[in-house]
Amino acid sequence: MKHTVSILVENKPGVLTRVSSLFSRRGFNIHSLAVGTTESPGVSRMTVVVDLPDKPLEHVTKQLHKLINVLKVIELEPGSSVVRELMLIKVHAESATRGQVFELAEVFRANIVDVTSDSVTAEILGPPDKLAAFEDLVRPFGIIELVKTGRIALGRGTRGISDRQLRAAV
Amino acid sequence: MTGAQALMRALEAVGTTTIFGIPGGTILPAYDPLLDSPIRHILCRHEQGAAHAADGYAQASGRVGVCMATSGPGVTNLVTGLASAYMDSVPVVAVSGQVTRAAIGGDAFQECDATGITLPVTKHNWLVMDPGEIAQTIAEAFHVASTGRPGPVLVDIPKDVLQARFPYAEAGPVNLPGYQPKVKPNLRQIKEAAKLILASERPVIYAGGGIIKAGAAEDLRRLAELAGIHVVTTLMARGAIPDAHPLCLGMPGMHGNYTAVSALQRSDLLIALGPRFDDRVTGKLAAFAPVAKVIHADIDPAEISKNRHADVPIVGDAKLVIQELIAVLEAELATRPMPDYSAWTGQLTDWRTQFPYRYHQPEGGLIKPQYVIERLGQITDGNAIYASGVGQHQMWGSQFINFRRPRTWINSGGLGAMGFGVPAAMGAKVAMPGDEVWCIDGDGCFQMTCQELATMAYEKIPVKIAIVNNGYLGMVRQWQELFYAERYSEVKFGWDIPDYVRLAEAYGCVGLRAESVDDVDAVIEKARGIDDRPVVIDFRCDPFENCYPMVAAGASNDDIIMGPEFERDHERVHEPQGDMLYDPEPPEEDA
Repeated sequence: MKHTVSILVENKPGVLTRVSSLFSRRGFNIHSLAVGTTESPGVSRMTVVVDLPDKPLEHVTKQLHKLINVLKVIELEPGSSVVRELMLIKVHAESATRGQVFELAEVFRANIVDVTSDSVTAEILGPPDKLAAFEDLVRPFGIIELVKTGRIALGRGTRGISDRQLRAAV
Repeated sequence: MTGAQALMRALEAVGTTTIFGIPGGTILPAYDPLLDSPIRHILCRHEQGAAHAADGYAQASGRVGVCMATSGPGVTNLVTGLASAYMDSVPVVAVSGQVTRAAIGGDAFQECDATGITLPVTKHNWLVMDPGEIAQTIAEAFHVASTGRPGPVLVDIPKDVLQARFPYAEAGPVNLPGYQPKVKPNLRQIKEAAKLILASERPVIYAGGGIIKAGAAEDLRRLAELAGIHVVTTLMARGAIPDAHPLCLGMPGMHGNYTAVSALQRSDLLIALGPRFDDRVTGKLAAFAPVAKVIHADIDPAEISKNRHADVPIVGDAKLVIQELIAVLEAELATRPMPDYSAWTGQLTDWRTQFPYRYHQPEGGLIKPQYVIERLGQITDGNAIYASGVGQHQMWGSQFINFRRPRTWINSGGLGAMGFGVPAAMGAKVAMPGDEVWCIDGDGCFQMTCQELATMAYEKIPVKIAIVNNGYLGMVRQWQELFYAERYSEVKFGWDIPDYVRLAEAYGCVGLRAESVDDVDAVIEKARGIDDRPVVIDFRCDPFENCYPMVAAGASNDDIIMGPEFERDHERVHEPQGDMLYDPEPPEEDA
């Protein structure tokens, strides 16, 4: 089962390694990982999507909490959080098919950011299922390459991560 | 002041009195102000020895052990020692030199990514890039190593940071927002635990190394006596309650005694205080203590329900947990009696009489290793500090010595690092110079770190080393005998190479040998009389003696193998079904 976990960490050298190596050496499979700075100076936020076929998430969050540079860990439940991902996707599109790609992009509110005589690059932002749907629809044209930022997410409502109890607290 | 002087001052400020280490290129600047420092430096012969010595020092004394090494090979040699301390939650601070800041990342001579390489085997580590941060980092390092669940840490300092001149400022208060160990247990959970205890019929206290780390041995004894509940002591908790105590059942697990193993197995309530449900204790997890409810107290929340679901989880320091539990139980007992555990106690007593550890020392035959260890324990009356290597001798040591107090049985329990014994004994003796310190070692283990004999002879650290010399990698040989159809692949060392007596003498120690049963007491007594240098005793033991009881790796604790000595006396010993107190579920297959 996939879980989306938000981790507040101190912005110090090596913290990303500590977090990612903890996942790998404990046998937790990272599906996606995105890191960036936050509203607080010196604090970064990681959004990790972790795949846990047979372990409770609590095993992950407790281990993360043992890292000295980790300040806060919460799970973002799908129903009560906003999840976004950005994708750049380059597809084959010659003059005959370019219009179809443009149409699809418009329906999905994707932006065309580069066009050549035989290719189109679109940027599309949204929840992961929207990106997947767009990808499926343009696949017949021939996908040359694509890249995703990894998932980022925030809980809905007025509360911030610091107001929330760690879900897995014992 | 230089960074190196700041390092020494910071180490002194946190109370360091002893460092085990070896100098080298990048740590050289730190060795210069060491000459002017009151800190005693013990020049080891291998960095692994320095790390294990720091571990032994910490296990014996409860203080932080400190080791120091140079960059590259110096720090990679520390890694085994750090990994062992990590698995056993031992507070160790390692200081390592690093190549100059400008050279980092350029594959410089003796460069390695010390923080990267020790990341999985330390509680935390630091690369100090600014001399102004040395003092604060050392203060943080000692704080992290010694609080919460203790563990090893590493501070890596580039050579030019050690050489840099800067105005020194004392370390401020330690402020690590992401590190706030919870030591005070939740009272509601304590009350839940007390409720379970008062509702149980066959409770057992499953005491782990956390009891010793927390200094909770005395509280443990009070709890056991108050409730009249028996205690099993894991390998890391031996001595947490005296073996002679009527409520002490001894060691459970793969080579634990029948009563301790079966007590856990048949119990209806495990009161787990500071253990981590290691696979060497649980055996096949799905079949472990199948009907027991579990109260699990640990300072590390990540240990709770990691392997076995805890019905009552308690996060906190073992000492506080036990004290609170005693208070709640005492209040309860003012209004009601303790449950009647007499049927259970009777069962445990029966098992204890029927199934003690057993071996047979034939008259005039080869010396049995158990005999050596039993006599050593008896002659020293369980009053020494005993460090051990890893293998059969370690299990026999845990089985046959009657421990009297905590911090007297020093082991590499989690990592199982062969070669731990000699340097750990050295560290223990340095920490507790007034105590008699014995290393119980195997011939295989001894040869991994015996160069520290030179350190001990030179530094006048009079440790006594009993080599249970069976000429084999004994535990491996035992597994080959039992599980590989006696195909002995690459396990024979032979008794004679090296000549341990002459090796000891060459290192400036006293070498003794026992070749027959009659020699055993005499050499132990002789070794006890020598206190100006280390003593090495070569006990030539029966190479084919096996360690029993045994639960095979991955097997259920119900399938305990009692060994040939039992089979000789009791045909089919393991048939206590008649008096079984529960109806076990059929064990599930491991995934």
